[in-house]
Amino acid sequence: MATSESTNIKKIQVRRFKPDENPTSNYLTEERGLWAWMTTVDHKKIGWMYLGSIAIFFAVGGILALLLRTELLTPAQTFFTADAYNQLFTLHGAIMVFFFLVPSVPAALGNFILPLQLGCKDVAFPRVNLLSFYIYVVGALFTLFAIFTGGVDTGWTFYTPYSSSAAGGNVMAMTFGVFILGFSSILTGLNFIVTIHRMRAPGLTWNKLPLFLWALYATSIIQILATPVLAITLLLLTMERLLSIGIFDPALGGDPVLYQHFFWFYSHPAVYIMIVPGFGIISEIISTFSRKHIFGYWAIALSSLAIAFIGFLVWGHHMFVAGQSSLANLVFSFLTFLVGIPTGIKIFNWIATMYKGSIDLKTPMLYVMVFLFLFTIGGFTGIMLGALAVDIHLHDTYYVVAHFHYVMVGGMVMAFLGGLHYWWPKMTGKMYNEMWGRISCAIVFIGFNLTFLPQFVMGSLGMPRRYFNYLEQFQGYHVMSTYGSYILGLGFLMVLIYLTHSIFKGKKAPANPWQSRAMEWQAPSPPPLHNFEHTPVIIHGPYDYHKPMSEFQLGIAGSHNGHGHHEHETETKTVEADK
Amino acid sequence: MEQPSTLEKKQDHLQHHFVDSDQQFESAKMGMWIFLVTEILFFGGLFAAYIVFRSWYPELFLLASDHLDTFWGAVNTVVLISSSLTVAMAIRSAQLNQQKGIIINLAITIALAFVFMVIKYFEYTEKFAVGIFPGGYYTYEGIAHDQANIFFSIYYMMTGLHGIHVVVGIGLMVWLLLRARKGHFSSEYYTPVEITGLYWHLVDIIWIFLFPLLYLID
Ligand code: HEM
Ligand SMILES: [Cu+2]
Repeated sequence: MATSESTNIKKIQVRRFKPDENPTSNYLTEERGLWAWMTTVDHKKIGWMYLGSIAIFFAVGGILALLLRTELLTPAQTFFTADAYNQLFTLHGAIMVFFFLVPSVPAALGNFILPLQLGCKDVAFPRVNLLSFYIYVVGALFTLFAIFTGGVDTGWTFYTPYSSSAAGGNVMAMTFGVFILGFSSILTGLNFIVTIHRMRAPGLTWNKLPLFLWALYATSIIQILATPVLAITLLLLTMERLLSIGIFDPALGGDPVLYQHFFWFYSHPAVYIMIVPGFGIISEIISTFSRKHIFGYWAIALSSLAIAFIGFLVWGHHMFVAGQSSLANLVFSFLTFLVGIPTGIKIFNWIATMYKGSIDLKTPMLYVMVFLFLFTIGGFTGIMLGALAVDIHLHDTYYVVAHFHYVMVGGMVMAFLGGLHYWWPKMTGKMYNEMWGRISCAIVFIGFNLTFLPQFVMGSLGMPRRYFNYLEQFQGYHVMSTYGSYILGLGFLMVLIYLTHSIFKGKKAPANPWQSRAMEWQAPSPPPLHNFEHTPVIIHGPYDYHKPMSEFQLGIAGSHNGHGHHEHETETKTVEADK
Repeated sequence: MEQPSTLEKKQDHLQHHFVDSDQQFESAKMGMWIFLVTEILFFGGLFAAYIVFRSWYPELFLLASDHLDTFWGAVNTVVLISSSLTVAMAIRSAQLNQQKGIIINLAITIALAFVFMVIKYFEYTEKFAVGIFPGGYYTYEGIAHDQANIFFSIYYMMTGLHGIHVVVGIGLMVWLLLRARKGHFSSEYYTPVEITGLYWHLVDIIWIFLFPLLYLID
């Protein structure tokens, strides 16, 4: 990258060395035992603890989803009462959004990978990192408590006035749990921003920052700016139930639409918390498996920030039919269209990266293909919903359900699985079975489309969401969707099985099985407790596939590590390598 | 496994994952600034609710605000502003290595924070005595407006959350005081004093907004 025109050039003596293949001492062999894990401040172990927790929540949320789908096999009551059905979809939504998808990439994979890509030993505040995990656990306990003391049937959006006065069950415990959970998200975002600013290894200038980190950076900004508003909203809602403070409850003079404004001021940006980190993963994988420098580095990096910014201005598109003024509707509809621009920029750049690349369709790359296909559908239908006239017809129908599942599952969960497979060898030091990986990916793809494609159709024909029975004319679509969900569930189950199997029986993974140029692959697999034996010096960019692999050894600074973090912004290093 | 270089060994406040003290200090400070941003957004939600309800019921805010005690509110404002000064002086003392100065200034700050809370306590109890409770428990008859309870809901939410922040601040400063007495801080290392000071200024600034918005309407 640009080395000549910089003003503040620092010369560092660098030695090169090769990472150990399968070091006997690594982060998994040190600090063993349950207590050591529970009190660890190591970002890799905390990443694993998050990964384990979100896997549990994904399983719970998934089983709830299968129950919901099974109920919908017949137009009349199949198994559950209407009330039970309401509780099921509420829990499914709340668990999947707050306890699985929001922390999935940032807190689980991001925690593991971010310091490795930065070439540092840990995040800036390791103890805060552990704290945020326990805050997550406490939030989860409150939610469990809510489930076992009456459940919640308000939908994951907790709309007032139903949630503030009419709803039974234990809404308060649930909203308070999500309130607590928010702080976990805030602290993770805070930690990441500071780490990216202050902890970059020498030579890692902003224009060499991996796109995954740009994505996490944009996500963190959303997390710190939006989540506090959710916190105060849910606190007010909790108080509404506890003390009838009359802010949101119309019977007491409050305004229920104000609640919707508050809620979506968080939750629309939050849908970008649930997708932008996925974008980052796609950029990493697509470059690695196309053996090509990423096309449009800055366009991809900055479009993440643009999405984060525009994402704050479009929340009103959830209230087109909630009594918002027509002027506001018009403005929000227009702004919603704008989100499509940076998103489209990304898609085109990814495709341009693949163009004339030497594409290797390994499992992570297969998930990227699935992502590109499904997310594009999800995104386009989002634009459709943003069109005022169309949304008035489609609002609160299965069309919306299909839209957000195409984005959240077809987009983010596919990106998450891609990233999980991509970094699995780094995280565990083991290879998973490639054939089973590809087969499962295909099953997931088929199952997903079978589940959600019919929902677009029935939604546009008028099938409303959140109903436990329906008109007979929709049964064909519902049955197809339900069988699809079983196939999808099978696909996820297979992933779980062969990944677990690989931990115990898998082949040992080399340090860099994909011949990637990115920083995390220059560390051993699994990495040592403090990631790098010496502070590494970054010489090449993470996507420099035009340079031979032999150049990609870690440079380490000689006697004095030249960590000039004061001059980060301006300095570019010409690093002399002595052979 | 990582050998700390001899140079760094003597700085025992330096955590293992930082390269040097500067990096650690800059990180901590940046972390606190970001935290303050989240705090502003947190209170921002309440301010938004305030704006909405004030624009709906302007006369209510005029009527109800009369029932808040402007004198004690003003005293509290002066108290908090002074405590911001003393906490800044504590940081200054640390930078100049004046151990006594750190301790004395922290102690004054804590005392002022206590004064604030005590005044707040009397304001609250006085309200409770006539039945001015938040929301549904409101029983006071003296304000001729149907939604009078909403004003006080907002009042209690805002000042209550602010009060919690004051209490947290007191806790932090007591902790600083204990460490200062053991001589933990010096011109080499005073990060906790500095970032707690930042936090305390924010608590102060929020009050500076709350006071006119709630007490000084007419
Ligand atoms: C291309 C960008 C996107 C656009 C233009 C868009 C647009 C919309 C619109 C207009 C609605 C409201 C539909 C209605 O209720 O009538 C909606 C709903 C929704 N979207 Fe998106 N969206 C986009 C991306 C996303 C992403 C990335 C996610 C999550 C990862 C997401 C998740 C949701 C969810 C959960 C809902 C349903 C909210 C509810 O429960 O009512 N969307 N979207
Ligand atoms: Cu939205």
